Amino acid sequence: MPRPSERYTATAVALHWLLALAIVGMFALGLYMTSLSMSPTRLKLYNWHKWAGILVLTLSAARLLWRLTHRPPELPGAIVRHMPAWQRFAHHATHAGLYLLFFAVPLMGWAYSSAAGFPIVLFGVLPLPDFVPVNRELAEALKPWHGWLAYALAALVVLHVLGALKHQLVDRDGLLSRMWFGR
Amino acid sequence: MIKTLTGAVLAAGLLMAAPAFAQQKLVPAQSEIAFTSRQLGVPVDGRFKRFDAQVAFDPKKPETAKIGFTVELGSATLGSAEVEAELVKPEWFNTPKFPQATFTSRSVKALGGGKFEVAGQLSIKGNARDVVVPVALTQAGGTTTATGQFTLQRLAFKIGDGEWADTSMVANDVQVRFKLALTGVPAL
Repeated sequence: MPRPSERYTATAVALHWLLALAIVGMFALGLYMTSLSMSPTRLKLYNWHKWAGILVLTLSAARLLWRLTHRPPELPGAIVRHMPAWQRFAHHATHAGLYLLFFAVPLMGWAYSSAAGFPIVLFGVLPLPDFVPVNRELAEALKPWHGWLAYALAALVVLHVLGALKHQLVDRDGLLSRMWFGR
Repeated sequence: MIKTLTGAVLAAGLLMAAPAFAQQKLVPAQSEIAFTSRQLGVPVDGRFKRFDAQVAFDPKKPETAKIGFTVELGSATLGSAEVEAELVKPEWFNTPKFPQATFTSRSVKALGGGKFEVAGQLSIKGNARDVVVPVALTQAGGTTTATGQFTLQRLAFKIGDGEWADTSMVANDVQVRFKLALTGVPAL
């Protein structure tokens, strides 16, 4: 088992799993709601998706702030020595890409919603500002990007999970336990 | 020559005899009819691209005024193309059956300071309701601009029927705002 100094903090672990659940749930909700034809249910789900998206954005900001103020543990030396250079690069690039998309996906959704003339009103009570103008051409241009970025995020999540499973099941190096609660 | 002259005199006589409002015309490019509906607390703005007015109005004799309106419901913009495709359906405007909304004034009351109160009947989707609309007039360079706003209850006109009648999803109140530029209105 990794020593305490090699672990993520309990806060980092909690934020990781909370956002993991949120991102998987939001991806599924996004796929489901866009498959529906217009109905009050669809309208409701779209609004819930927007509210949850704002929460994901907020939690991601909190998570990034935590990461910047609480240095994550280095990869254990024994593991790094066994990793070819491309794997070390992939490890860093995947994490950088994930963090970039934690912000890009919800921000693009927010921008599209604003441009289309549907400002976000959090929980139906708190109007959020529009940071792009209401413009139909802009809305049409932005619309596919929210989806494309979400698919890119999903692809990186799959890669991230495969990497973690390889360490757990193939390398059997216990790396996964750094991201779980424990002593 | 004599015929032409007679014709001209007759025409002039007719023009003079005709009431002053005969030439009141809407200037569509400077006019606007917009509305705001709320979906789960989200204000969504729309507007009508095509509408016309038939106005016979002398600010000094408001009691003789006749104001009529037709709005092409199929010309509404509202958020996305997806929503607009929904708007023409039977649950909403049902434009194939009811292409136009109409307003016919019944009485106009002067409130002073260029302000008037127009009462009349608004008919949408085969449902007629009495409405009272406050209107403010300003005049500049031969153009009279009438602005005002009022709130209508969409369910009174069965706009958003069936599963959409739930006002927790789409609010019953719809704010309507208008700015109408007219030429030929006598001075205030």
